[in-house]
Amino acid sequence: MESILKYFKGLFTGIKSLLFGMSVTWKELWTKKVTQQYPENRDTLVISDRFRCELTMPHDDNNEHACTACGICQMNCPNGTISVLSKMIETEDGKKKKILDTYTWDLGMCTFCNLCVITCPSDAIKFNNQFENAVFTRSKLVQTLNHEGSKLRDKKKDVKPAETNA
Amino acid sequence: MLSNYSQPLEFTKLLGWLDTTLKANMPEVWANLIEFVIVAVAFLTAYAVIALILIYAERKITAFFQARFGPNRVGKYGIFQSVADMIKILLKEIIHINNVDKFLFYAAPFFMIVASMLTFGAIPFGKMLHAVDFNIGVLYVTAVSSLGIIGVLLAGWSSNNKYSMIGAMRSGAQFVSYELSAGFALMTIVVLTGTMSFSEMIAKQEFCWNIFNGHISSIVAFVIYLISGHAETNRGPFDLPEAESELTAGYHTEYSGLQFGFFYLAEYLNMFIIASIATTVFLGGWMPIQIHGLDIFNQFMWYIPSYVWFFGKTAVLIFLSLWVRWSFPRLRIDQLLNLEWKYLLPINLVNILVMVILVLSGLTLTDLFPSLF
Repeated sequence: MESILKYFKGLFTGIKSLLFGMSVTWKELWTKKVTQQYPENRDTLVISDRFRCELTMPHDDNNEHACTACGICQMNCPNGTISVLSKMIETEDGKKKKILDTYTWDLGMCTFCNLCVITCPSDAIKFNNQFENAVFTRSKLVQTLNHEGSKLRDKKKDVKPAETNA
Repeated sequence: MLSNYSQPLEFTKLLGWLDTTLKANMPEVWANLIEFVIVAVAFLTAYAVIALILIYAERKITAFFQARFGPNRVGKYGIFQSVADMIKILLKEIIHINNVDKFLFYAAPFFMIVASMLTFGAIPFGKMLHAVDFNIGVLYVTAVSSLGIIGVLLAGWSSNNKYSMIGAMRSGAQFVSYELSAGFALMTIVVLTGTMSFSEMIAKQEFCWNIFNGHISSIVAFVIYLISGHAETNRGPFDLPEAESELTAGYHTEYSGLQFGFFYLAEYLNMFIIASIATTVFLGGWMPIQIHGLDIFNQFMWYIPSYVWFFGKTAVLIFLSLWVRWSFPRLRIDQLLNLEWKYLLPINLVNILVMVILVLSGLTLTDLFPSLF
C-alpha cells in the first residue's frame, strides 16, 4: 500500500516540478536579449575601467608629460616590452639634466601585467580602454608613447598627476 | 454550392482540373505516371523546404529561450541562414573512413531518410492534399516510422567506433520502448474513433476534436504521445544517444558532409512528422475550428485554407517540443527506461481500458451532448 502511495506521489510531484520548470523557461523566453552586438554597438559599449588594453602616456594641454626617464618601468617589465631612451641636455642655469627622448612600448610583447604602471614613481603612464588593437604588420605594434616635441611638466608649478588624454 | 465560394485558396479545384485534363488527353497509365511524378517532386521539395524552415525556427526559438538573438546576419533576421547552411553541407567533402563496414556505412543514412519519407507520404496536409489515404493509416505510420531505427543501429554498428556503437544501442533501447507507448496512445484514439484511416478520423473531428471528445482519457493519451514521440526523435531531454559530453555525437560521429546532412534532415523531419500525426489524430488535422449552429462563423473559418490550419496546429506542437527541449536536463539511460516501463506503459494500459469503458458506456462528449458537438 505504501509503495503504491509512493508511486503516485512520485508521479504527481514529478509532473508538478516539470511544469514549474516549463514556467521558468516560458518567462525566460520573454526576457530581454543579453547579446552584445559588437561592431554595431561601439558607441554604447561598456568596458570595465580596470581592463588593460593599451599603454599610454597622458599629455596635458601644453603637450607636457610626467615621465622623468628614470627607467624603472623598463627595469620592471618582465618581457622587455618597454625601452626608455633618454638624452642629456643643459638647462639655462648651466646644469646638466636627463630628459626623455623616446618612450617605445611593444604591444606584441606585452602581457598587460601592469607592473610598469604600479612602479612608476611619477604616474606618467597608464593603461586605457582602447581594445581594438588588431593591425596587419607586427611593426605597427611598436608604439612611441611620448608625443612629438613634448617635454617634462615642471613639478613646482603643478604637482597633480595629469588627467587629460591628448 | 457555398463551399465553392468560401474556399478560394484551396487546391481542390486545381488538382481536380489537373486530373481530368490529364486523363482526357492521354491513356490512363500515362496520366497516372505523370501524377506520380508530380506528387514525388512535390514531396521531395516539401521535405527539403520544411526541414530548412524547421532548422531556422529551431535555432531562432532556441536562442530566444536562452536570451540570445540567434541567427541574424544572413538576410533580414537571418532568414537565409539555413539556406546558407544547406549550400555549405552540400559542398562539404564526404570523408572516407578506414575500417568501416563500407556497404552498411553508406546505406545507413538512406534507411533514416526512407523511413521518414515513407511516413511523410501518408500525412494529410490539407483538403485533397493527401497522397495515400490508407484505410489503416495509423498502423502504416507506426510501422514505417519505426524503420528509422534500423538506420541508427546500422550507422552505429558499421562505424566501427565504440562511441557510435554505444549511442546506437542506447537509441535502440529508447526507440523500442517508446514506440510501444506511442502506439498505445494512438490505439486509444483508434478505439475512440473506430477507424484507422486518417481521412475518416479528420472527418469525425469536424465539430469536436478527439482530444476533447474522449476528455480525460484523450488528454492523457495526447500527453503520452507527445512524450514518447519526443523521445523517438532523439531530441530534448531524451537525446542521450548523441550525448555530446559522453559520446561526441553518438551514432553519427563518423559521418560527414551530405551523409551527416541526411541524419540531420531526418531528425528534423521526424520532429515534424510526430507533430503532424499528433495534429491529425488529436487536434482535428486540417479541419478548421467548427461550432455547431454558428454557420457564419464556420464559413469564416473555412476561408482560412485547410493547409494553413494543418501547419498552424503542427507549429504549435513543434514549439511545445522545443520548449520541452530547452527546459529539462538530459535523462540517464536508467531514468529513461524507468519513465517508459514504470510510468508511461502502465498508465497507457489503464488509459486504453478507460477509453474502452468511456466509448462503450457512451460517456464521450459527442455521446453526452449530441446537440453541441
